Amino acid sequence: MVLDSLEDSIQMQKYSSRLPASSNKETISEPNRKMIKFFLMVNKQGQTRLSRYYEHVEIHKRTMLEAEVIKNCLSRSREQCSFIEYKDFKLVYRQYAALFIVVGINETENEMAVYELIHNFVEVLDRYFSRVSELDIMFNLDRVHIILDEMVLNGCIVETNKNRILAPLFVLDKMAES
Amino acid sequence: MSDVVERTLSALPGLLGQHDPGAGPGGGPGRVSATSRLGGLIRSITALSSKHEEEKLIQQEQTNLKATVSAPTTTLRLMKECMVRLIYCEMLGYESSFGYIHAIKLAQQGNLLEKRVGYLAVSLFLHENHELLLLLVNTVVKDLQSTNLVEVCMALTVVSQIFPREMIPAVLPLIEDKLQHSKEIIRRKAVQALYKFYLIAPNQVQHIHDKFRKALCDRDVGVMAASLHIYLQMIKKNASGYKDLTESFVTILKQVVGGKLPIDFNYHSVPAPWLQIQLLRILGLLGKDDPRTSELMYDVLDESLRRAEINHNITYGLKALTYVIQQDPNLALQHQMTIIECLDHPDPIIKRETLELLYRITNGQNVTVIVQKMLDYLRQSKEEYTIINLTGKIAELAEKYAPDNEWFIQTMNAVFSVGGDVMHPDIPNNFLRLLAEGFDDEKEDEQLRLYAVQSYLSLLEEEDAFYPQKFLQVMSWVLGEYSYLINDGDPEVIITRLHRLLKQTFVTSETKAWIMTAITKMSSRMSCSKTVDKLIQEFSTSLDTCMRQYAFELKHLCENKELMKKLLPLDASCDEIMVDASLSFLDGFVAEGLSSGAAPYKPHHQRQEEKLSQEKALNFEPYGLSFTSSMSSSGFTGRQSPAGLSLGSDMSGNSAEIGQKETNCLKLDGVRKLWGKEGYLPKKENKTGKEDKTQPVPPDSILMGHVVDPPLMQSEQQVVSLSEEEKEKQQLASTLFVGLGSNSAISLMGRADTITQKLKKKSKISETQNSEEAYSFQNTATLPFSSLPDTAPNNKENFQGNEHLGLRKVSLSSSEVLEASVSFDTSQSLTEAGLDEKLSNCRLSTSSLFADSNIEVFQPPQNVPDIVASKAPLSLCLPEELAGHPHSEIVELCSRDILTVYSCKVWTDDCSLLVLFVANNSTSPLKTVNLVFESTEHFKIFESLSCHFPVIEAQSIESCQKCVQLEKVCTEGILSGSISYHLETDTHLEFSLTFSLSDFIRPMKITTEDFGRLWLSFSNDVKQNLKMSPSQGSLSIALNALKQKLKLHIVEIIGNEGIAACRLLPSIPCLLHCRTHARTLALWFRSSCSALPDSLLYQCQKVMEES
Repeated sequence: MVLDSLEDSIQMQKYSSRLPASSNKETISEPNRKMIKFFLMVNKQGQTRLSRYYEHVEIHKRTMLEAEVIKNCLSRSREQCSFIEYKDFKLVYRQYAALFIVVGINETENEMAVYELIHNFVEVLDRYFSRVSELDIMFNLDRVHIILDEMVLNGCIVETNKNRILAPLFVLDKMAES
Repeated sequence: MSDVVERTLSALPGLLGQHDPGAGPGGGPGRVSATSRLGGLIRSITALSSKHEEEKLIQQEQTNLKATVSAPTTTLRLMKECMVRLIYCEMLGYESSFGYIHAIKLAQQGNLLEKRVGYLAVSLFLHENHELLLLLVNTVVKDLQSTNLVEVCMALTVVSQIFPREMIPAVLPLIEDKLQHSKEIIRRKAVQALYKFYLIAPNQVQHIHDKFRKALCDRDVGVMAASLHIYLQMIKKNASGYKDLTESFVTILKQVVGGKLPIDFNYHSVPAPWLQIQLLRILGLLGKDDPRTSELMYDVLDESLRRAEINHNITYGLKALTYVIQQDPNLALQHQMTIIECLDHPDPIIKRETLELLYRITNGQNVTVIVQKMLDYLRQSKEEYTIINLTGKIAELAEKYAPDNEWFIQTMNAVFSVGGDVMHPDIPNNFLRLLAEGFDDEKEDEQLRLYAVQSYLSLLEEEDAFYPQKFLQVMSWVLGEYSYLINDGDPEVIITRLHRLLKQTFVTSETKAWIMTAITKMSSRMSCSKTVDKLIQEFSTSLDTCMRQYAFELKHLCENKELMKKLLPLDASCDEIMVDASLSFLDGFVAEGLSSGAAPYKPHHQRQEEKLSQEKALNFEPYGLSFTSSMSSSGFTGRQSPAGLSLGSDMSGNSAEIGQKETNCLKLDGVRKLWGKEGYLPKKENKTGKEDKTQPVPPDSILMGHVVDPPLMQSEQQVVSLSEEEKEKQQLASTLFVGLGSNSAISLMGRADTITQKLKKKSKISETQNSEEAYSFQNTATLPFSSLPDTAPNNKENFQGNEHLGLRKVSLSSSEVLEASVSFDTSQSLTEAGLDEKLSNCRLSTSSLFADSNIEVFQPPQNVPDIVASKAPLSLCLPEELAGHPHSEIVELCSRDILTVYSCKVWTDDCSLLVLFVANNSTSPLKTVNLVFESTEHFKIFESLSCHFPVIEAQSIESCQKCVQLEKVCTEGILSGSISYHLETDTHLEFSLTFSLSDFIRPMKITTEDFGRLWLSFSNDVKQNLKMSPSQGSLSIALNALKQKLKLHIVEIIGNEGIAACRLLPSIPCLLHCRTHARTLALWFRSSCSALPDSLLYQCQKVMEES
């Protein structure tokens, strides 16, 4: 009997050493983890055309991240799926002509939801600029940002109705004209 | 949804960016003229061709911008353009902090679009904790009160993006008002802002929870959808609190799915897909582990599933399926053809997901096919992570569902040869354990082992085959243990093959050790062998000391077959072995040696120190050291010290001349330790240290050919005759999904489920083992004693002297070995005394020593004496000025060999001091000892996080004090750190200790009047009723308990009411009002700090439960 319990306790020790060190750290940082981490538009040459980070990232780290992200996207063929597991998060990307739209998400966000969100975003841009191009985005960076802010806020998808997304911007444009 | 990609691509021909921006098609609103400054910047950016050019361009741009933004004449319109240019600079990675303040100004002063761009720039430039953010608050407050709805919208947007937590109270009432606004967009944005507040400061929006409910029931979809974000977070934290809302969510989902939303919420004719996803997420959380709540959802889930167009060709579908299958494997049947297609998908990510799915539906009938698929994938994969992951899965499946021995062994062979040295070390370990422990059926076990032996022999037949080290180790262990099972085979042949391996260059020295042990085991069962003799001769002169040692051991063992047989019994790998790690059986020998004038044993590092100090020109410690070094020069210690003998690998050259008598006794330990039940486990430690990064064997390894399993072959042949691709797939499907659903139509082999869990592990300990244990214990105990008959009395004597020796402080120089024996004696004599707690402790420690005994046996000289050294007690006491304060006991934090760290908490009036003692137990000074704490968010340590001791003299203690303050209120937190020191090599030792809230609580001495005044001024309060046990009796007893444990100050007790006060260091007050009423104690805390009452209440609860 003594041996039995001894054996058990040794086993226990083995297992306990394998358990993760502490779980309370996670719960502290949990609420701050954004489902969508960043939203990028990068062209095939690796030039960033728009970037919005929903979690704070140092500026010099951003350029490094963007370079790696686009490298990852470029390495994949059209037949391959649009989701990449990258470090501790996932990338969802779509390519429109020479422009990649890449969204970094954590494991709780739904890849498909983001995949379609990207397209919805492009459709909104298309409606606003009537046939959008890369140069439209470059020359109207502020407006593209304003549109994105209506759709994604705080790392969450907040609006997907095209009319509602564009309404505030249309008002601003009208005011500016008059 | 999938065709949208194509449609858009055709709709966006202009994306190539070749056309003139100024006259783009459609002429979208607000175009920038190409001649403006911004236009110039953009054109130069598009023309960039190198990083260097970019740098030059942006630097130039920044200089221009700096001048423009700070010029007083700059108009707001120009400022807006500057902001966009600044956004460009930052986007390309060039910090432009000079413009931040101007972004804030623009948000404050600009007209609508300018204001919006100002806000946008702020949200892009600044982060949550940026100091400039405070300057934005005024503007936000002003805009929230504006009559212009656009301005209100902007302010709400920026608040939900970025806002300083401490300024929330300034805008909260304004935003709450907006919840009743007539415009939906304002209400929606207000809810989004509150969501932000909920994320960064949940306590501050606690009082408006019912307003969230109102938002959920808002007549506008957008407002309702916005409130779902808050609910998702709240339900994540506490699902049970919102079960009553399940029905509301279900109703909403029903309406969404039923197409009741305005048409513009549709996305490609799907009604608000993102809203559906969000609702499903919430329902998922609510229904988790709660069948009653789930019941409410089934209808609507079914409806959504029916309407949803599941796209099978992408990972998403598979993933969903994987999750569903965990609930109901039958569902996979409906989609089997899809899964088959995914298996051949060119995208490795999809393939991997498919295998993951197959892994989950594996059973006894389809295991061969699924494992085959996995192995196919494994062969193509180069990525280390995938290999580790897949080999683990295959091994698990093989162990669980193997249909027969041959298949199991061959599958494992494939795993070992492909997984090579990157796979998880548990795989070979478990495999060997499985073989050794066997199953309930003795005959079955034997067959499995026999098959393993045969298969390895045929693998080794190959002349130039290359196998990973781990595989070779497995092979040699199995051959060593079980080769006797082959009746007709000649052991000589096996030994020859192993011998050949020893000469291969790719075999590492660790693997060679495994092979040598296998040969030793086998030779114990043979009368004589030419190959073994040859081998001994060959390796006796090897340059590798380990190999030489093995050769000598083997040689001596061969000369004494009787002992060898006893030492290496057949099929005894599962027997427990007791190891006398302290070598107590040598006590008599040592005592004899000492009494005849020999010098006491000195550990390796000490010897080296002395040697060094002898060489030095100046001897700083003339007496002590010169004396001991003259003693050690006798040479006796080097060769015949008991510890030295067992540590063969340490010895320089004279291991060859070891006396035979000693070797016999000692090797009993050394050799047995190697081959014990856990015998290969110690090796694991070696492996993980080295972590061979050998590349996996090329995919077309010969092994793989063996692993084609009968069912698949069969099915393939059938398919060939049909020669139709579709049929082939169906066939594969039927083999893959067999056993999943009993009434499946496609399933060709669809008979009743009989899961063959053939290779299930049985529990390890049987009664027979216990008796064997006793035997082996006796064995180790008596054998050495018989060779040294006068040990026993000596032992007793030593034990009596234990206390005396143990208290020795500085005189470590006498005999460390003696002390080692003493410490072990305790356990022995206790064994006789009976079974008590100490016994199990001692046993535990011996067996755990055994578990890592490899370290002692193979590499290292100094470990054995070092264990001894750590036991040397040193006196610890607090500095005088602290001793008067209340303090905790001095406890050991961590210890290794020569260094021990003790800690003591001292609770002074105005801080919590942590006193750390670093004790040097060795006989040599320790240099550059560094103690560093990890920074945590809970605690703050003054003055610095580290502590440095340039030198700690031998046998002395240094101490350091740190003042610890609670930075963030919590009931308990862990403070961890590490200590590093240098002795021969750099050593690093980690420790951690727990601080609880009560460590930081001090009494606050105030009067009843003060109490009353303070009570009213505090807003954070918590109330709780606690049950009192009869023993706790009256209020005063309970309060006194709290006073003692938590250091509260009792202000006054009147009847059944009492008030107490305390402060959290340095000076955050917390007041307590308590009242007893019929065996309940009502506690009511108030404090100026919001988190403190909660945590303190928790501490009180603990105290009440304990007392």
